[in-house]
Amino acid sequence: MTPRSITQLAAALRDGSATPRALLADAFRHIERTDQDLHAYLSVTRELAERQADVAAQMLEDQPDAASPLCGIPMALKDVLCVDGIETTAGSKMLRGFKPPYTGTAVQRLFDAGAVCLGKTNCDEFAMGSSTENSAYGPVGNPWDIERVPGGSSGGSAATVAAGSVPYALGTDTGGSIRQPAALSGVVGFKPTYGRVSRYGLIAFASSLDQIGPFTRTVEDSALVYAAIAGHDPRDSTSDPRHVDDPLASLRAGVAGMRLGIPREYLGEGTEPGVRAAVEAAFRVLESQGATLQEVSLPSTDVALSVYYIIAPAECSSNLARYDGVRFGNRVERASLTDMYLQTRGAGFGDEVKRRVMLGTYALSSGYYDAYYRQAQKVRTLVSQEFETVFKQVDAIVCPTSPSVAFPMGSRNDPLSMYMCDVVTLPANLAGVPGISVPCGFVDGLPVGLQVIAPRFEDSRVLRVAHAYEQATSFNTVPSPYASEAA
Amino acid sequence: MTEAATIPAALERYEVVIGLEVHAQLLTRSKMFCPCPADYTGAAPNENTCPVCLGLPGVLPTINRQAVDCTVRTALALHCDIPAFTKFDRKNYFYPDLPKGYQISQYDLPLSVNGHLEFPLGGETVRCGITRVHLEEDTGTMHHAGDVLQSATSSLIDLNRCGVPLMEIVGEPDLRTPEAAREYLVRLRQILMYIGVNDGNLEKGSFRCDANISLRLRGATELGVKVEVKNMNSFRAVQRALESEIERQTGVLDAGGTLMQETRGWVETQGRTISQRSKEQAHDYRYFPEPDLPPLRLDAAFVERVRATLPELPEARARRFLEQYGLTAYDAAVLTDTREDADAYEALVASGVPAKLAANWQSGDVAALANEHRLPLQRSGLGVDGLAGLLRLVDAGTINGPTAKELLAELYVSGGDPEAVVRDRGLAQVSDPSALSALVDAAIAGNPTAAADFRAGKQQALGQLMRAVKDATGGKADMPLLNRLLRERLLEQ
Repeated sequence: MTPRSITQLAAALRDGSATPRALLADAFRHIERTDQDLHAYLSVTRELAERQADVAAQMLEDQPDAASPLCGIPMALKDVLCVDGIETTAGSKMLRGFKPPYTGTAVQRLFDAGAVCLGKTNCDEFAMGSSTENSAYGPVGNPWDIERVPGGSSGGSAATVAAGSVPYALGTDTGGSIRQPAALSGVVGFKPTYGRVSRYGLIAFASSLDQIGPFTRTVEDSALVYAAIAGHDPRDSTSDPRHVDDPLASLRAGVAGMRLGIPREYLGEGTEPGVRAAVEAAFRVLESQGATLQEVSLPSTDVALSVYYIIAPAECSSNLARYDGVRFGNRVERASLTDMYLQTRGAGFGDEVKRRVMLGTYALSSGYYDAYYRQAQKVRTLVSQEFETVFKQVDAIVCPTSPSVAFPMGSRNDPLSMYMCDVVTLPANLAGVPGISVPCGFVDGLPVGLQVIAPRFEDSRVLRVAHAYEQATSFNTVPSPYASEAA
Repeated sequence: MTEAATIPAALERYEVVIGLEVHAQLLTRSKMFCPCPADYTGAAPNENTCPVCLGLPGVLPTINRQAVDCTVRTALALHCDIPAFTKFDRKNYFYPDLPKGYQISQYDLPLSVNGHLEFPLGGETVRCGITRVHLEEDTGTMHHAGDVLQSATSSLIDLNRCGVPLMEIVGEPDLRTPEAAREYLVRLRQILMYIGVNDGNLEKGSFRCDANISLRLRGATELGVKVEVKNMNSFRAVQRALESEIERQTGVLDAGGTLMQETRGWVETQGRTISQRSKEQAHDYRYFPEPDLPPLRLDAAFVERVRATLPELPEARARRFLEQYGLTAYDAAVLTDTREDADAYEALVASGVPAKLAANWQSGDVAALANEHRLPLQRSGLGVDGLAGLLRLVDAGTINGPTAKELLAELYVSGGDPEAVVRDRGLAQVSDPSALSALVDAAIAGNPTAAADFRAGKQQALGQLMRAVKDATGGKADMPLLNRLLRERLLEQ
């Protein structure tokens, strides 16, 4: 049986067939049954959830019509999102036991809408990775095949939605960390335009690329969550002040008459044949819906990966400097300050984090800055301009979300092969444009994702195209083995 | 050899090149990037903090507009250009008083560039270029159980100061003597206080100075090896430290040695600088644009709005005082030393006190009382209005000088309306010539020796007679009138 969407649960809460407490109990039962295998959660916040469920019940009783569709609905948060008094580790030993004294803006907006937070989901350490194998607390299993990765870095959020424990979870996307695990786990994953959702309270990996977004079962649910978390936040100077259009208003407008572009560079040699076939079939579905498809070119795609792996590590090397053992988190006691720094960071960070801190430190060093960081910023501008050029020809881009389906755990030990996972997702981060992944088929029982990308601040258009595709297909209604037993 | 002897000798052979960097905390309501108060006076350690200035995971900075205003004010007062586009950068280094592991500062596109500060020194005008004025955040403070962190057994960190807006004013290497360096700092501090952006407290460190100094043979065009001197927390310390460096560097160069590019710290108790860090140990700060803050665009209209709020600056005001009020250069300088003093002076004159009278009293007795009580006139019990009232009584001849002085000293602290006090206590001076004449006759009769001495040409003898009459009036005699009457009477007999 297909797990219910936010929309369905919201209706159940209003027709009296469900209560927030009952939904909560179902979700916890499901997590208890499945999480031994999946390991999607780093912590379960039962007390918080019960408190929020009671508040939500009151809100629904007082004003059933005015209450948000998210009111009383269980959800989970990637463990890079700060919640007041709740352990937030970013998947790192460095932050074991760290309880932030504040709640981030996007999360607070959900809480204000009556959301019920079940727990914090597993992820690659400081969101660095594409498989969730870099979590200091162990990997996450893919609900479609427990031996395989769910993608990453937001693997826990993707897996818990795919497993049907919760109808939605928040993740973060720096180079594909929402869209790629959504594709590999067979759920919808939406990365809004950079600046649409406040980053306040998101533990930074790469500040100019990070963006919060939802994992959901349907595109409509993504629109609902997005509408609740988007909008200007005075605490985040990079959040955009302009008005957010209601994504639901145009959600059902369809794709008839739309021009959709297929970047030839996004279906290159690295694309698995099964993925290619599924995505090309999706293109035909969109055509049958009245869209015109044409090939376009984003020539800098091959260098975008290199640019990303200079800019993201550079920012991360600085963002992670605060984990020095002085004030919070992990500390290894040593007699001298230098030794304390070295041992604390040596013991607290995992290999991938250390690799990126070193890469970034090098790229910013005097004598190398011009050759690496400055050059990378120039190419980043070029990448953005290429998107702008393409968006003069077409309304949106459609392409695979990941060149491959979910791969077996431990199969990509070479960092570069892991970095290739993000080759078709990270350009959207470099350009700040919105992107979504929506289920578009299966290869040997493993999900494939179709990615839709639109110009900056055209988040509604991304959702509209994805929704049109979703309505014409039923891939998102196929339950994963772990979801079939969900209520 | 003493410094006094070596410095002039050194200056004959070497040209000293000094450039100063000043860090000034801004008098804003809140910190640079968060809503915590910028004034942490009286706060318990780490009380004046929030997740943002503590650098907790997930927080973001937001720019304090008032700090931008203050920096633009300063830049304009120092004749800087304000580029239309400026940005913040991260300066990365590890230290426990810097919780984020980087300081948000400005690197290649500062808020302002290319200004200057001019001041008179020894009859000449010194012009020192200002390379840039930029905005950054202050660090926390540390208290070591030991001299320095490296050898301390423990160290306490207080982040109350962390994130306070800090303005860095980088001067060109245009200064040639320690005196000029000191005078530059005095003038700069005065301007910052005038425009209300800084409280000028060197001891507490809200106004701090580092100096770069190098020596080169006279006539040489290339700069010598630069040494940075830190840890100077008074104007005197700056001058002494620079003199000590000139002496040390001269010694090395004269002995045929070469100087090292390094950072040295001034040790007040030892009267010398000691090496802290060599060039090789210098940090690579890995500056890069702060991705959490979009660049700032300061349009011309904004800059002009700030310019319109700038007060008259001290030098211009002193010049105007000279011309408008006919003051001496000295009085003009003293009365414009602080904006409050200058405002007080102009308030006195505006209330009808003659310019010269106001200047004499304000730079004399009032300044002495302010110093004695560590209480500026504005905050004294008397206040500017009270002083004006008192001086109007003097000007009108209602009270005599000695009465005015006594009354000033009394009311300065306690406060009170001078007119009412004079009326209530009957302190108005005795200016009636007939009343004084009778007392003059009595004094001459009572002090025959003094009268005879005066007539014999001994001018000082008049004092005894004046005192006698003054005492007889209870101190209220109109002293100039009394002087005239006594002389007339003594000489007519």
